[in-house]
Amino acid sequence: MSLILIIEQTLNGIQFGVMLFLMAAGLTLIFGVMGVINLAHGSLYMIGAFAAAAVAGATGSFLLALAASLVVAAIAGALIELTVMRRLYDRDHLDQVLATFALILIFSEGTRWAFGSFPLFLDIPDALSGPITLPFGVQYPLYRLAIIGIGLVVALGLFALISRTRIGMQIRAGESDREMIGALGVNISVLYTLVFALGAALAGFAGALIGAIQSVQVGMGEPVLILAFVVVVIGGIGSIKGALVGALLVGLTDTLGRFLLPSFFGLFMEPSSAMSVGSSLSSMSIYILMAAVLLFKPTGLYGSA
Amino acid sequence: MQREQLINATTLLALLAVPLWAWYVDEPFTITLATKVAIFALAGVGLNLALGLGGLVSFGHAAFFGIGGYAMGILASHAQTYTPLASWPFLLEGTKSMPVIWLVAMVMSGLAALAVGALSLRTTGVYFIMITLAFGQMFFYFAISWPAYGGEDGLSIYVRNGFPGLNTLDPIQFFMLCYVLLAVVLFFFARLAKSPFGMALNAARQNDERVQTVGITPYRLRLVAFVISGAVTGLAGALFADLNRFVSPTMLSWQTSGEIMVFIILGGVGRLYGPVIGAGLFIMLEHFLGGLSEFWHVYLGVLLLLVVLFARGGLIGLLAGKEVAHD
Amino acid sequence: MTDAVLEIRNISKSFGALKASNNVSLTLRAGEIHALIGPNGAGKSTLIKQIAGNLRPDEGTVWFEGKNVTALNTVARARLGLGRTFQISSLAMDYTVLQNAVLGALGKRGKVFRFFSPVMKDKKLLAAANAALAQVGLEEFAHYRTSDLSHGQRRQLEVAVALTLAPKVFLMDEPMAGLGGEGSQRLMGFLDTLRQQAPILLVEHDMDAVFALADRISVLVYGSIIATGTADEIRNNPEVRAAYLGEEDAE
Ligand SMILES: Nc1ncnc2c1ncn2[C@@H]1O[C@H](COP(=O)(O)OP(=O)(O)OP(=O)(O)O)[C@@H](O)[C@H]1O
Ligand SMILES: [Mg+2]
Repeated sequence: MSLILIIEQTLNGIQFGVMLFLMAAGLTLIFGVMGVINLAHGSLYMIGAFAAAAVAGATGSFLLALAASLVVAAIAGALIELTVMRRLYDRDHLDQVLATFALILIFSEGTRWAFGSFPLFLDIPDALSGPITLPFGVQYPLYRLAIIGIGLVVALGLFALISRTRIGMQIRAGESDREMIGALGVNISVLYTLVFALGAALAGFAGALIGAIQSVQVGMGEPVLILAFVVVVIGGIGSIKGALVGALLVGLTDTLGRFLLPSFFGLFMEPSSAMSVGSSLSSMSIYILMAAVLLFKPTGLYGSA
Repeated sequence: MQREQLINATTLLALLAVPLWAWYVDEPFTITLATKVAIFALAGVGLNLALGLGGLVSFGHAAFFGIGGYAMGILASHAQTYTPLASWPFLLEGTKSMPVIWLVAMVMSGLAALAVGALSLRTTGVYFIMITLAFGQMFFYFAISWPAYGGEDGLSIYVRNGFPGLNTLDPIQFFMLCYVLLAVVLFFFARLAKSPFGMALNAARQNDERVQTVGITPYRLRLVAFVISGAVTGLAGALFADLNRFVSPTMLSWQTSGEIMVFIILGGVGRLYGPVIGAGLFIMLEHFLGGLSEFWHVYLGVLLLLVVLFARGGLIGLLAGKEVAHD
Repeated sequence: MTDAVLEIRNISKSFGALKASNNVSLTLRAGEIHALIGPNGAGKSTLIKQIAGNLRPDEGTVWFEGKNVTALNTVARARLGLGRTFQISSLAMDYTVLQNAVLGALGKRGKVFRFFSPVMKDKKLLAAANAALAQVGLEEFAHYRTSDLSHGQRRQLEVAVALTLAPKVFLMDEPMAGLGGEGSQRLMGFLDTLRQQAPILLVEHDMDAVFALADRISVLVYGSIIATGTADEIRNNPEVRAAYLGEEDAE
């Protein structure tokens, strides 16, 4: 097991974490401001990926494809907020779960109906294809590195938005005291729609970025959504910082677990059973991480009690 | 109240009458559909103990359903290949006997519910939903990556397991088994809802602080409810696997968790017979809409959305009116 | 000091910069009604919460029957015999009045993990519940849904549930609020005899009731107790008059 391999896998873990952050940030914002749980967030991820694949197919431009993912997902998010979520703010969580589960069914089957069951592919743009040589002689795909860069820029932008701008101030006010933002003279329903659209755009953007590495298909969103839930549970609901730390922890644990655990068991087991024990255990590693955080901090690393 | 009891009795009778009629006119497929209803209803009734009575929105019950299914699959596959499950510290053989399989399924899924519940119940609200969903996914990925029992492909058994004195391969006999189990569980849950435990659990759903103030720990009530709930859903899982003679990770998927919840909401949350009606409605929709369109889940989604937004009491709520308080 | 059933020693609790309890000490003796009065936001409910176990004090200890119970949670303290009513009613709102009372009786009896026999047919529990409802004058409303009760009636039900627990100490946070003249009068008469059964720490804004009932009164202002004494002592305490009773114009 060489150093190069470890560096490469660590970068993969960070890249995975950055993607999860884009998902989890939207979820945690929406929960923090509106107090709703949105299972259809994974559908927005899928919608972004499909929008990008369709636009890339039609125009051949990756940049246009990315823009499309942001715009289409934001519009879809705003529509969901205006037609469905708005009726659910004072309902209990069960109603929110069921209504957004219904949305998943509608979006997934609707997409299957529109695009068929076969996966679409989104090509990595030429400018970002191929590997790049990093220090220590590590060869690493440029596109993945770009994802890390883009993700971190988005994270910085999000922090700036929340801490520096007027709308960010309103979001923070909304999180701590729902009555207060009304008193501040903010139009709450516009703010809610905006926050929802912002979260949706982040999810759609993540879907498009990942769509170029994996295939674009129906059902791609929900596994990521559930991982994003793990991130939010670990980081603490409502905390963007928690979402970032949680996402990186989950990304690294998952990637390095898959890579290291089989070799670790290989030290004292025969190769085939080491492989199976290692891979089964690594498939559980992030949930074990979540359980450990729950034991010591039930409200997550950065959550308020 | 009278009306709800009438609806309940009618439901239970209809679930018996339809397959009996199908048996009479020799329509085995309808019997299989009815068997599916009974099994899904059982899974839903199990979840509804936690969800309806306890207010615990578990989005991870597919794990228990699947563990029940795998308990069946593992025991039966060892029995059919005559290989013991373990030879140390003592000899553990597989079995094709349903009662033993049911017991093992309930114990294993109950234990899993104990572990998941002990952790998840430290939190409430949205956290609880997300955590149960995540732990459910953990079992799903474990089943996929554990190669010994078929991994992603699942596990088939050649013949349905046996029950003393019955021919379980005969659809109507297997249906009757499932139906009787459902009826027994409904009877016990009706008693449980009115028992000291049920009354305290229901009170904890309404007001946690009140229950603590009278000196009862809500956490313990919920954990016990969660374990019973998981065990019953696990029993349903074992039956479902036996119905199909097949178990695969799909039984553990988050969609399955969602569907078990859908049975409850379609019928009516917090109503003992809600999942029975809901499961019946679900299977009918699947059968009839599924025949019309490959994309019938869209219609299911729209229906579910409408029920959640505009008909919160589910079908029983529409038929029987709002629930009234009574002692 | 020896006959103090409940004693709190040097309790402090802050919410951020706000000192809701500032080095508070007080005792509750067998057979007495000890009233805790003070302006809105003085920290009375916060103190009750710390005694009942809903809030951990930052500093200080709570002693019950000679035992330090500071580390115990609400459930454990309730089981030891602390019976509490809430300022903002906290009841099972979907249940009937009788069911709420039976829940209290069930908590007192224990053996909650019984899964088969109907609790609402348990004669002993029903008897205890009905007796408590009769004591507060709610027997006619036994089969009402709790959410249909008036605020005053909910307050009475709070007291009734506390009675079913047969506690060794009552902690009552404004039990008379919303009751109206006749209701208050009746509850006052009842509390007057209840103190024989178990002492009462009574938070109350109704000054007539407090001065008529209380054996001792403590005055809490900005989280600190500024005086403790009999009704006469408090009435004539210049500090209290200045800080609190001034506008109330106590004769
Ligand atoms: N959980 C909390 N977080 C922050 N501040 C709190 C909290 N609970 C109470 N406070 C504050 O502590 C102070 C004391 O509150 P408390 O409810 O104890 O007053 P009180 O004497 O019972 O008043 P009232 O007569 O209105 O019932 C108030 O200023 C209140 O706003
Ligand atoms: Mg108060």
